[in-house]
Amino acid sequence: MSESVLVVRGLTKAFGGTCALDGVDLDVAAGEVHSVLGENGAGKSTLMKILSGSIQPDDGRVELVGQVHAPRSPDQARRAGVAIVPQEPELAPHLTVEENVVLGAEPTSWGFVRRAEMRERATRALAQVAHGGERIDPGRRASTLSPSERQRVVIARALAVAAPRVLILDEPTSSLTAADVEQLFAVIERLKGTGLSVLYVSHFLEEVMRIADRYTVLRDGRFAGTGAVAEATSDDLVRLMAGAVVERRQRRARAKAGDVVLSVRGLAGRPLPVEASFELRAGEVLGIAGLVGAGRTELLRAVFGLDAVTSGQVRVRAHAGPASPLRRLSQGVGLLSEDRKGEGLAGQLTIAENLTLSRRLGWGPFVSPARERRAAERFVEQLGIRCRDVGQRMTELSGGNQQKVALARLLHHDVDVLLLDEPTRGIDVRSRADVHASIDELVGRGKAVLVVSSYLPELFGVCDRIAVMCRGRLGEARPVGEMDEHSVLREAAGA
Amino acid sequence: MSNDRKTSRRSDAKRSMAVALLREPWVGPLGAVLFVYALFALLSPETFLGWINFTTMVRQTVVVGIAALGMTLIMVQGGIDLSVGSVVALTTVVVARALQGGVSVTAACLFGVATAAAAGLVNGALVAGLRITPFIVTLGSMSILRGLAKGLAHEQKIDAPEAGLDELMAMPPVDRAWQLLPVGVWLTLLLAVVAAVVLAYTRFGRHLVATGSNESTARLCGVDVPSVTVLVYVVGGLLAGVAGVMEFSYLTVGDPTDSIGLELAVIAAVVIGGGSLSGGQGSIPGTLLGALLMTFIAAGCTHVGLPNWVQEILTGLIIIVAVALDGLRRRGG
Repeated sequence: MSESVLVVRGLTKAFGGTCALDGVDLDVAAGEVHSVLGENGAGKSTLMKILSGSIQPDDGRVELVGQVHAPRSPDQARRAGVAIVPQEPELAPHLTVEENVVLGAEPTSWGFVRRAEMRERATRALAQVAHGGERIDPGRRASTLSPSERQRVVIARALAVAAPRVLILDEPTSSLTAADVEQLFAVIERLKGTGLSVLYVSHFLEEVMRIADRYTVLRDGRFAGTGAVAEATSDDLVRLMAGAVVERRQRRARAKAGDVVLSVRGLAGRPLPVEASFELRAGEVLGIAGLVGAGRTELLRAVFGLDAVTSGQVRVRAHAGPASPLRRLSQGVGLLSEDRKGEGLAGQLTIAENLTLSRRLGWGPFVSPARERRAAERFVEQLGIRCRDVGQRMTELSGGNQQKVALARLLHHDVDVLLLDEPTRGIDVRSRADVHASIDELVGRGKAVLVVSSYLPELFGVCDRIAVMCRGRLGEARPVGEMDEHSVLREAAGA
Repeated sequence: MSNDRKTSRRSDAKRSMAVALLREPWVGPLGAVLFVYALFALLSPETFLGWINFTTMVRQTVVVGIAALGMTLIMVQGGIDLSVGSVVALTTVVVARALQGGVSVTAACLFGVATAAAAGLVNGALVAGLRITPFIVTLGSMSILRGLAKGLAHEQKIDAPEAGLDELMAMPPVDRAWQLLPVGVWLTLLLAVVAAVVLAYTRFGRHLVATGSNESTARLCGVDVPSVTVLVYVVGGLLAGVAGVMEFSYLTVGDPTDSIGLELAVIAAVVIGGGSLSGGQGSIPGTLLGALLMTFIAAGCTHVGLPNWVQEILTGLIIIVAVALDGLRRRGG
């Protein structure tokens, strides 16, 4: 093995109470493609953000070609030689390709951009990411680019600003078609030939097996293993990612499933989901596993009527027909959003107002704050929501308690079908257990629950059946007894 | 439970009530209004202090105050209406034309208010239907409605028979001294109470706050966001129309060039009263106090003999200071 370009030792980072990275090591050699693997939440993103300067570690050391690498900002990291291409490449849509490529480092004289030099630098960088004879015109507007072109422009930008030693590609293929992936791999091979090291973060095992030279696996924020890809099988990697022992909560006794309450046939949206069909019965919990970006959230939103549907059918009991959140709520279907801050809750409203927002308490056109308070206090007690007063603003609560308020809204509306999107993301262990207990209790009362979660132990702990979603397609739902975490992970990664 | 704990609970409750009161958005403006009043009363006791001057100032606040009630609702929903000044002018013209045409006073007022509500309907429909930002839509309608008013009035002031409409804003005659303040002032307070109740105790009010606070959440919870949007602009237009009737009563003519720049005073009143340009926040009592504060400053400066340009600088400073203090209060709370 050639000399290491990037050396990471004992890197540690905590957010609030949770340890996102705990003493992680990593060695990247010159001119290699090094894949960093791990489940959702294993710490890959945190590691990449530290290397690219968006966040700073609590402890540990990073060396880049023998020099200490402790960037305070993405710009510093880029100048030091570490450039990142984020999962969702961002460009200024109103600027041209060349303006985007040199953005923040424009060649200027007296404040005026030297256009010829800008064009030349951009063209040189774009040539490095060209595929076959096809080059991206530097004069085009960024808004006219396809996802694959956009990504190559972002890579070109990383190459143009400073000569990078390490290029980080974070989930580069998540929004690409199969043909685009081939183009990208060709570009990576070419860059590798110039001595550039590529850190390749991906969930997709078959891609890793093809493009990467070596791998490092993270699990729950810790270093789990490293080695040469040629000497590993995909089963080895899955085992490293999932871990041998997985803590499992006590499963409730399975209730007898009742009638079908929600039936989805061939549902497709723009662009996700691609194709999804399932049935949900009263008194059962159906889990949907899959990687981030597989289209699980989009599936729930389409079912709930928040996003437009291009084809397929959704039936709630006997009702078909057009969907809107208002109609779904009146049919007894509720959605818990994965985006607590942006969508799930209105931060400036109080706990009581948020909790009763979908189902009005009062008479005629009036609402009754007193009745809202009483209702809210009941759920605060029932779910163990920790707050001083139900008149407090939402923003004053912790994440776990906010999530319980969002869940309490569905309980207060008394919906029969609960669509829960990442119900325990980013909340503490106790709140998580409380949410799980609520789900058990609801199903016991004959409600139907659909859970989307990236945390496999959670799905295995609360669900009766699990279906796996991969690149917009939903697989067949099977009883949890017939599945294990390895098989789910393999199906989710499309291996 | 022991007595000890009961008492401590009670004093806790008292303290939290005091804290809750301090957090009310209108407490700051109330303090400012009292302070400014006391200041000018000290500086110019013989003219500023006293009932006559007080009623004059309150009278001068009516038009801005009523228009600002509608603006509060619109800004709570996350919108803005730059066309209020033009709507007020258009309403005075419509009322004057109607009176000229010989219709009854009631019918003339109804025509005026209906025109204003229709303008609000168009604003709301464009915002909700075409998904154009309210700033742009109402910037356009500000100019369109001003043009309409001028066309309708043939670019002249319209003298109309007052037909008793002027009494709305006039001081009560001696035989009705018990009335204390002009009818228009009482009407403002009545409308304010209705608006405050709508905002705090109706489903529509709740949906306004929810939409302005977080539109995605509102949609998730089954709020019909487009309908709420259209309705709030109609209500805003309606109130601007009532303000226009008051303006006619004050001017006793229909004037198409009246109330230019009124929208800025109206928005300032809402903002001083705790409203936010980004929606979700606003207080009806705060807004009225904000409107009152600006009148007090203008009148006080005149009484003390400060020139107009000083008034303008002071008003501008007050707006900025009020919003800055409000931000501190929010972060502190």
